[in-house]
Amino acid sequence: MIISPELFQQIIFYVFATLTVGSAMAVVSVKNTIYSALFLVLCFFNTAILWMLIEAEFLAITLVLVYVGAVMVLFLFVVMMLDIKQAKASQLKQSYTKAALLIAAAMLVELLMLFGYKLSGQIPVNELVRQEQGYSNVAEVGMELFTRYVYPFEIAAVILLVAIVAAIMLTMRKREGNKQMDAAKQININPAERMRVVSMPAEKGQSQINRQNNGEDS
Amino acid sequence: MSLQHYLIVSAILFVISMAGIFVNRRNVLVVLMSIELMLLAVNTNLVAFSKYLDDVQGQVFVFFILTVAAAEAAIGLAILVVLFRNKKTLEVKEIKELEG
Repeated sequence: MIISPELFQQIIFYVFATLTVGSAMAVVSVKNTIYSALFLVLCFFNTAILWMLIEAEFLAITLVLVYVGAVMVLFLFVVMMLDIKQAKASQLKQSYTKAALLIAAAMLVELLMLFGYKLSGQIPVNELVRQEQGYSNVAEVGMELFTRYVYPFEIAAVILLVAIVAAIMLTMRKREGNKQMDAAKQININPAERMRVVSMPAEKGQSQINRQNNGEDS
Repeated sequence: MSLQHYLIVSAILFVISMAGIFVNRRNVLVVLMSIELMLLAVNTNLVAFSKYLDDVQGQVFVFFILTVAAAEAAIGLAILVVLFRNKKTLEVKEIKELEG
């Protein structure tokens, strides 16, 4: 039996969509924070595959590189750096859970009804436009990014710079006994403050000391 | 697979992450992760619409969302580290200095 390409794509879609939803559920329900960070990584990978399936290759790879490679590593660093105490099981059983599930269920039903009935005539039903061989998604996104959206692109770069400065400023702290260079102090140094010339009698050599000791023993 | 499949998957993801924010009273880190999941759901919507309508602008927009989300995560985690240094806890219940 030969599986048709359409069926194969459907199988892949359902498998990875299930994995995505399952790992997202694990992120919010697992007790250990490290596990939920790792499940979030799994969720990102699966979503990247879903994006790859509709030929959004550039963004799929960007998701893996930027999110899994940078943001999630940052998350894991913070999780491991902070000494978080595990909450007791009794604290978790609160009335919030029921309310949250109620709200989530209501919202899910509403969204599904919206897609299923209300907007069924308005959501485009056209098939995915399969590109011909030799088509490059990266080139297409890049063309748009560097021509029409070049100004927002530069603003995004500045936002990243601001984020770097803000993150460093927030976490930097002055500690006692921190060895730090002070350029002004280094330049304005006075040699007299650093070195003191002391006159003292010359030390005796080692052989002389030995001889003295031997003489005392005998 | 049609556009609807992707919309439904991202709707489920969005709802899960919203429930995660409500349920979670343990620590702020998981709330931040839920926000990341929400952004992922929104991005999935944008990518799917962009591909099915054959318009590349949606993907450019997702690129910008990724950039801003990375900046947001970095600053959020920095604030979290400072908070932990000052209060020695990350539990949502304990952080209530600003409540009215």
